[in-house]
Amino acid sequence: MSSAVVSTSAAPGRPFLFDDESEAEVCSPSAESKRPAGKHSPESVAASVFQSAIGNRQSAISLATASRLEIRPTPEMITSGIPALDALTGGLPRGCLTEICGPASSGRTSVMLAALGSATRRGEYCALIDAGDSLDPHSLAVAGIDLDRLLWVRCGELKGAPSLSPRFLRRQGGSLDFSSPLPPNFQKNEPESHRRVASVKDSSRSQHHSEHRLEQVLRVTDLLLESGGFGLIILDLADIPPQSARRIPLTTWFRFRRAVEHKPTILLSIEQQPIAGSCSSLLLQLGVLSSQLSVLSSNQFSEDPAMRDLRPSHAHLLTELKINAELIRSRLDRKPARSITFETKTAWAG
Amino acid sequence: MFACIYVPNFPVAAALRAEPELQTHAIAIFEGKPPLEQIIAVNERARDAGISPGMTKAQAELCPDLALRQRSALQESSAHAALLDCAQSFSPVVEDTAQDTLLLDLAGLESLFGSLTKISHAIFDRAQELGVKANVATAVNPDTARLAARGLAVVHGEAEGRKVLVIPPGKEAERLGQLPMEVLVDDHLEGDQKEEAASLLEALNRWGIRNLRALAALPEVALSERLGQQGLHLQKLARGAHTRTLVPVEPPLIFEEAIELEHPIVLLEPLAFLLNRLLEQVCARLASRALATQELRLSMELSNLTGVDDEFDNAGIPSESDESINSGNPVGAPSLSRRILAGQGGDFDFLSDNNVATTMRRSEALQRFRRPTQFRRKLSLPLPMLDAKVFLKLLQLDLNAHPPGAPIVKIHLSAEPARPRSAQGGLFLPPAPEPEKLELTLARIAGIVGEQRVGAVELLDTHHPEGFRMRRFVAEVARKTPQKKTPDTAEAQAAITALRRFRPPLGANVTLQNGQPTRLICPTKRDVQGDVLWKAGPWRFSGDWWERDAWSRDEWDLAVRNGETIAFYRLVHDLLGGGWFVEGTYD
Repeated sequence: MSSAVVSTSAAPGRPFLFDDESEAEVCSPSAESKRPAGKHSPESVAASVFQSAIGNRQSAISLATASRLEIRPTPEMITSGIPALDALTGGLPRGCLTEICGPASSGRTSVMLAALGSATRRGEYCALIDAGDSLDPHSLAVAGIDLDRLLWVRCGELKGAPSLSPRFLRRQGGSLDFSSPLPPNFQKNEPESHRRVASVKDSSRSQHHSEHRLEQVLRVTDLLLESGGFGLIILDLADIPPQSARRIPLTTWFRFRRAVEHKPTILLSIEQQPIAGSCSSLLLQLGVLSSQLSVLSSNQFSEDPAMRDLRPSHAHLLTELKINAELIRSRLDRKPARSITFETKTAWAG
Repeated sequence: MFACIYVPNFPVAAALRAEPELQTHAIAIFEGKPPLEQIIAVNERARDAGISPGMTKAQAELCPDLALRQRSALQESSAHAALLDCAQSFSPVVEDTAQDTLLLDLAGLESLFGSLTKISHAIFDRAQELGVKANVATAVNPDTARLAARGLAVVHGEAEGRKVLVIPPGKEAERLGQLPMEVLVDDHLEGDQKEEAASLLEALNRWGIRNLRALAALPEVALSERLGQQGLHLQKLARGAHTRTLVPVEPPLIFEEAIELEHPIVLLEPLAFLLNRLLEQVCARLASRALATQELRLSMELSNLTGVDDEFDNAGIPSESDESINSGNPVGAPSLSRRILAGQGGDFDFLSDNNVATTMRRSEALQRFRRPTQFRRKLSLPLPMLDAKVFLKLLQLDLNAHPPGAPIVKIHLSAEPARPRSAQGGLFLPPAPEPEKLELTLARIAGIVGEQRVGAVELLDTHHPEGFRMRRFVAEVARKTPQKKTPDTAEAQAAITALRRFRPPLGANVTLQNGQPTRLICPTKRDVQGDVLWKAGPWRFSGDWWERDAWSRDEWDLAVRNGETIAFYRLVHDLLGGGWFVEGTYD
């Protein structure tokens, strides 16, 4: 149950030291046997003096052997708010970085809200650094989160963000171009070259926005980690494209891990794909169950148009999502990857 | 027992309190209107250099190393308020005898603060902490204490060291005896009273009375025959036998400090030094009254170049100084600020810069040039605090975000007093951010993401999908956990399907079949598109129909195949304005 990161400065070719080798003589017996007994050439004397000096110095700086490295204490595990997930992972570790990744509609936000609800019920203060400004406050209330204990940092637009109502947006004209109904085959009517140019422009713009948001997220995270006192700090990078998120240098994740170490803070990162590498102590992959469609079939769903439900759509209701959670990596519990399934219910499901 | 706090050479002491770096310099205070400015007070170094009260400013300026400062009523009132705070921190019965003299009733304080000597030294130390070097004398009656405190200044001059004297009961005449006659005359007498006192002293001097011992030894009847009741009163004072009751004063809880600058400040960095000094003085005064503050108000008088610059340099940088009371067009203020704060100020050839400026506009500009401009910022804190460093950092961050816009000539800082917060920490309480640290962190985060984009969420009483607002995030250690109904275990453990919103909502092209969406394409987000596999709805919502921002919409829950996975979206059809939007994704 313990983990030890062996950081070694061993250059290629430099052997690791083990307990029984640490006190071994520098000169090998074979070399010693080849020398004539009782006779030492000046070169050999100088070499032995030099090597003994090196040996003394090595003992003086007292290199720690791998087996003598300090064993890190096992972090305290805190419930994530979802019993099935706790059964899989043992909870969320304090003082560690936990990654939860998955595509859209894979239950990442539900897990995040469950963790927030659990933390605020314990009386802890939490911080959510929302890279995409995508948090729905009503979902917070439904999840039973104490709103007074949650600090919400909305990254993204700096100033002059409009009040977000569709009518307002239309007045602004920014999104009007896209909201106007177009014929279903509008893509065919549009010249291919135009579409490519527009696509490149869109992607570069969104990439620029993502980088701007990422920069804000990293700076804010540094500040919050330095401030301390929060029981749970969440980096919501779920809306950042993986190609942008991967630009976060690994040293940044190391810094975050070191900053949160030995503190009673859970650092949780929500993202589309794993990006923190070995810095995360726990990595969970979420996904919608392939049998999700069958779940919806309770509403007589079928992909086959022939089999499709003939009942009107207002007779259907989205009540729950079945989420598959797979434990990809855990530094705390070295067991083979395994997965569980849990359900999230919509607010109106009762 | 009574104590007296007396500040010798008060105008100089007030100036030194505002500018402590002048402690080692020769300093002279002048007042009056040019060109008739006259020196009214000097320190010992200046006196050694040959400067004395009564000289003209022009004469004093001949001394090269002399720091000349105009008498500031603001500085003197601040120093006096600091003295009052010092006295009030020891005794509730304080008489405001004069601007430089306070009397305290020490009855019953020995059990609280220790012996009279300890109390006197503590008063001296507290006054020094507040930036004032005072003489402290303790005696059995107020006037003896006052004379002794004034006498300390006469005997010791401005020499360094503790000027504290405790006169034991019965030793008043003996201790006061060596003091010169001048201590009997109040410095603040004016007009006839001053002349009368001077003639009295002259008469006594003619008689060969040089000190209080000699005056005390005079026969009462003979003295009464020659000088009347006034002579007897002086003799009583000299013997230390005059008793009276104090007239207590209830000082108002006003904590203000100000600095008037000789040369305008154009950069924020030197401003921070001055703010630090003011904040330390205010915090020391608040601490002496066992108070904290929840609101700091910073008011700065700006150089009136702003108005001129407004007229001739409409650079078009939008105004941020909504708090500033600007005599001119506020649009130009930040532009000047940028120029000045970037170190390009000082060369304002505004009249020749713009050829379009007419003579009338020039005259208007010059009128504005003469008018002062006020810049005000208010720093509201969620909890009472008392940390000058935190306040300074918060003010710096605030001024960085809202630059004053012009050179600063006067700084005025006031603090709204509040009871310090009392919080009982517990070993088993969950961790909470330190309020001071959190405030700084929030201010820094606000500088990164914007002021309105950090805080706690507050839901509004509305059905509008974005019915919430941001409010200040406060972390109180001693805050009780809300006693809500404990939900059933199963309910508490059920995860909620959350909605992730797109802000702003994504405009979508929707293919309809029988009035129901069958295909979704989102041009701004390429990965939000595909055939609709499943749908629920429409659910109709509307609200605010009585206002201009009425809304009415149909909501759909859609399952869309997104590559190899299925994504669930909330699709909205705006019934008033038309158009389809993807509002969010269920996640």
